Amino acid sequence: MHARSEPATDLASMVPAPFRVAGKRRDTADTWTFELLGEDPLAFAPGQFTMLCAGGAGEVPISISGDPDRPERLTHTVRAVGLATAAICAAEPGSVLGVRGPFGAGWPVADAQGADVVIAAGGIGLAPLRPAILWMLARRERYGRLILLYGGRAPDQLLYQEELDAWAQRGLQVLVTVDSAGPEWLGHVGVVTRLVKRAKLDSTSSVALACGPEVMMRFAVSALAEVGVPTDRIHASMERNMQCGIGHCGHCQLGPTLVCREGPVYRWSELDRWLAIREL
Amino acid sequence: MGQRMQTLDETIAAAPVFAGLSADQLTLIAGCARNERVSAGALLGREGDPANSFYLIRHGSVALELHAPGRDSLLIETLGDGDVVGWSWLFEPYRWQLDARATGPCALIEFDGSCLRGKCDRDHELGYDLMRRSAASLLETLQSTRIQLLDVYGHARAL
Repeated sequence: MHARSEPATDLASMVPAPFRVAGKRRDTADTWTFELLGEDPLAFAPGQFTMLCAGGAGEVPISISGDPDRPERLTHTVRAVGLATAAICAAEPGSVLGVRGPFGAGWPVADAQGADVVIAAGGIGLAPLRPAILWMLARRERYGRLILLYGGRAPDQLLYQEELDAWAQRGLQVLVTVDSAGPEWLGHVGVVTRLVKRAKLDSTSSVALACGPEVMMRFAVSALAEVGVPTDRIHASMERNMQCGIGHCGHCQLGPTLVCREGPVYRWSELDRWLAIREL
Repeated sequence: MGQRMQTLDETIAAAPVFAGLSADQLTLIAGCARNERVSAGALLGREGDPANSFYLIRHGSVALELHAPGRDSLLIETLGDGDVVGWSWLFEPYRWQLDARATGPCALIEFDGSCLRGKCDRDHELGYDLMRRSAASLLETLQSTRIQLLDVYGHARAL
């Protein structure tokens, strides 16, 4: 599964469909996970995103964080960082949000079958990776080692804390670290890149999926490459100024590609030449 | 049949920090080393104290902390299996810069810093090799600290 979407011209991808908020859970002080119900199930590939809007507050690209095997409920984890996301986070059960999509290229979870898969997530970057984790855990026997390296700012800002143990019991090796913590925290403290060496990867058979702040991803990729994972086996989800979501407006251009259409998931070997150009 | 326990020499040879050293160099290093086990909460080094030893973590976790008057110790970083605790034995004034505390039961290899320093002074090739390794480890720590300082998980506009 490494879906590539074609430029969309149909009306359905341009007009938001109404989705009712069926459930809402607070993950951290400023981050909420929503369960949305539409008229029809929204099938999606792990790593794809939708354009999500609350009435009158603008539209934002948000990665789908739900289970791809349960498309009847659209799940989004949203952090309130601006006008549009704050309006979405304020939506209460029963209210209606607008959804366009799904859009973009997903994680190559099907191509990675047979390999060890290391997942490097930073902060809210775990949300776009959650569908890939759920998809692979549902097909656990098809993979070698599955390893999650998850870094956050502080213990109370880690996402899906109640799920991490359950994932571990289903065969995901979970290593968590935070940048800072009080003495009550018994886990790792330090940057997520430090976990790469601790994971003791078999670099010859590993595929890596990375999502988080771009600075974190750069250093995570560097740490992965240092232990021998080739950059054409490292995939990263990029964030740019996506507006139309369907490859028309050009706002999310990165080099010769449009992140909403060719991305948001790229092979790092396709990306690094463009990221090296600071003006892009 | 159970797994054979690694000898001290084998553990040192397998440690990432000593990877690639010659057999003779590893023997010199092992001559300054001994196995050590500590309980949770044990202080391996205390800020300001002479740094006579350093440690290689075989199994367990060690927290590096900074003491702040009137408040809990500030947790800077945790180290795990295969990590080295402390490089201050190699640099004047040979004093611990942070507290190093075991967060649980730890199996360690303790190295006598002054013993190894003496060997480095007499064998410059060994000294150069260890200095390169310490520099690489310190550079990694510096880079990690820079990323921590960036607070990359803060709001995007804060970056």
